[in-house]
Amino acid sequence: MKTLKGWLLASPLVVILFCFLLLPVIAIFVVSFWGATEYSYYPAFLFDNYAYLLTSSVTLSVYLKTLMFTVITWALCLLIGFTVAYFLAFHVRTLPMQIALFLVCTVPFWTSNIIRMISWIPFLGRNGIANNTLLDMGVIEEPLEWLLFSEFAVVLAFVHLFTLFMIVPIFNSMMRLDRSLIEAARDAGASGWQILVNVIVPLTKPGIMIGSIFVVTLVMGDFITVRFMSGGQSASVGRIISNEIGLLQYPAASASAVVLLLTVLLMISIMLRFVDIRKEL
Amino acid sequence: MAGDNQLILEKVCKQYGRDIVAVENFTQSFDASSYVCLLGPSGCGKTTTLRMIAGHETVSSGDITLDGVSICKLPPAKRGTAMMFQSYALFPHLTVRDNVAFSLKMKKVDKAERHRKADELLDMVDMQGFADRLPEQLSGGQQQRVALARALITEPAILLLDEPLSALDPFLRIRMRSELARLQKKLGITFIHVTHSQDEALALADTIVLMNDARIEQSGSPHQVFNAPQTEFVARFMGGHNVLDMEGNKFALRTDKTRVLPAAAGTQQNTSWQQHKTGIVSYVEYLGRSVELTVSGDDFADVTASLTDEEFNLAPCQPGDSVGIGWNENDLHALS
Repeated sequence: MKTLKGWLLASPLVVILFCFLLLPVIAIFVVSFWGATEYSYYPAFLFDNYAYLLTSSVTLSVYLKTLMFTVITWALCLLIGFTVAYFLAFHVRTLPMQIALFLVCTVPFWTSNIIRMISWIPFLGRNGIANNTLLDMGVIEEPLEWLLFSEFAVVLAFVHLFTLFMIVPIFNSMMRLDRSLIEAARDAGASGWQILVNVIVPLTKPGIMIGSIFVVTLVMGDFITVRFMSGGQSASVGRIISNEIGLLQYPAASASAVVLLLTVLLMISIMLRFVDIRKEL
Repeated sequence: MAGDNQLILEKVCKQYGRDIVAVENFTQSFDASSYVCLLGPSGCGKTTTLRMIAGHETVSSGDITLDGVSICKLPPAKRGTAMMFQSYALFPHLTVRDNVAFSLKMKKVDKAERHRKADELLDMVDMQGFADRLPEQLSGGQQQRVALARALITEPAILLLDEPLSALDPFLRIRMRSELARLQKKLGITFIHVTHSQDEALALADTIVLMNDARIEQSGSPHQVFNAPQTEFVARFMGGHNVLDMEGNKFALRTDKTRVLPAAAGTQQNTSWQQHKTGIVSYVEYLGRSVELTVSGDDFADVTASLTDEEFNLAPCQPGDSVGIGWNENDLHALS
């Protein structure tokens, strides 16, 4: 009786996860084995899609490119996110001020991703604000070409979009940190840097890891930012899938999606080996 | 040792903002190698005082000197003090050994040496078998020992303890209390112990500094503070006293020196004490070794008399009984 009640209580979540997560993933997995011609696709159990995907030289280079974006974005988000969270948690003294500044961090999220990306264009463009200012100041002779529609722009947009996902969990970790630990460290003669390295970073690791998982999964799966900000010159795994869908090659897109999903899961499981995030949940 | 390690606080004040005064004109000399208890109700400024000595709180005005040298502006680790925090503040991610060795690591002492020293300290607090555990795997009493070892590894001249026993259950509290006293005698350094429990202060202290409302109310040996309270607050806070109001003057009278006799016996003048008032017993509380009677009257506030159970059994009384109360004039202490 008791177990039945437990199952009933859990059932809404089970139903939602089953319908909206498990079923679609199973569908993608099934379709990834289907066959396709130029104008149709048909149920089958073929490894053609995977064989093509895993033997194509394009796959490897695109994965490497995506990984590069991920690593650079992750490193920058971590650096900026940690610094901002540290400032908010330890240097801003009053709670109302902390909350106010925290809300300021979320302001960019009041508009959509696309609009935030597009708003970079007048700033970074050939005749944009950045180039004009630098030209006027005499820092450069001619407009910088790599500011927009480049890998630089892609990373910039990623960092802009995703740093908040790093700030929130790290800030949360830091706010839970018992302040007397910092005093105890100072009492033991630790300098500011030593406190950071020996006390704050180890104790905010779960937050850092949660933020890292957000950033890594978001960047690995992204297709729109790469397309917009690189001006179509850069590839990513997400864009391959998006292109295949555009060409109605659903089986091939499914196979790509499955491989991407497995890659990301593998990356997360490796990250989780280092830190026990359950403490934070 | 080079100096005599005498700690002096000279007119120390702590103010927050313009009008919140946490500590006002705190002047007190702490003798070397003594056990001092800062006692007082919560919010009286005792912890703030301790934190100012430790260097975790700045001093608004006044000076703190150790060995005649001002330590007011020094960082906590350079003062010759070490602090044991109320919740122990052990680093949850470090083993017991690394917790104890933390300050040596900060000084970049090499690993073998600092672990050897940490083990030595753990030995001293009887925690040698727990060096590789994490703090969360220890009981409250064990965590406290580790915190003690961590504070002592810096070889401080003064150990500051912020309500060290308040997180323990009553049984363990009394055991740790005697251990603290023993440790202080053994190390011969000054312990400054913040507490709100008068029992703890009486049991441990060489000197009690009783604070109220940001000020020192009275300081002295436990005997002085308990037997000769100077103010009504001290008498009430230390407990075991009646405060009597007689012709506008206030007097403290220990409850165990307050006598009770059945009203039927009439006024007695023969013994060393005299009956002064009559009233009705309003409450009888049996406490094992003693019985406390509360007597109410029309013309005075409730008076409590503490009788040994033998005394009580000789002339038992119940709520509603009419009794006389009396005392020896010599047992009265005038309060300012």
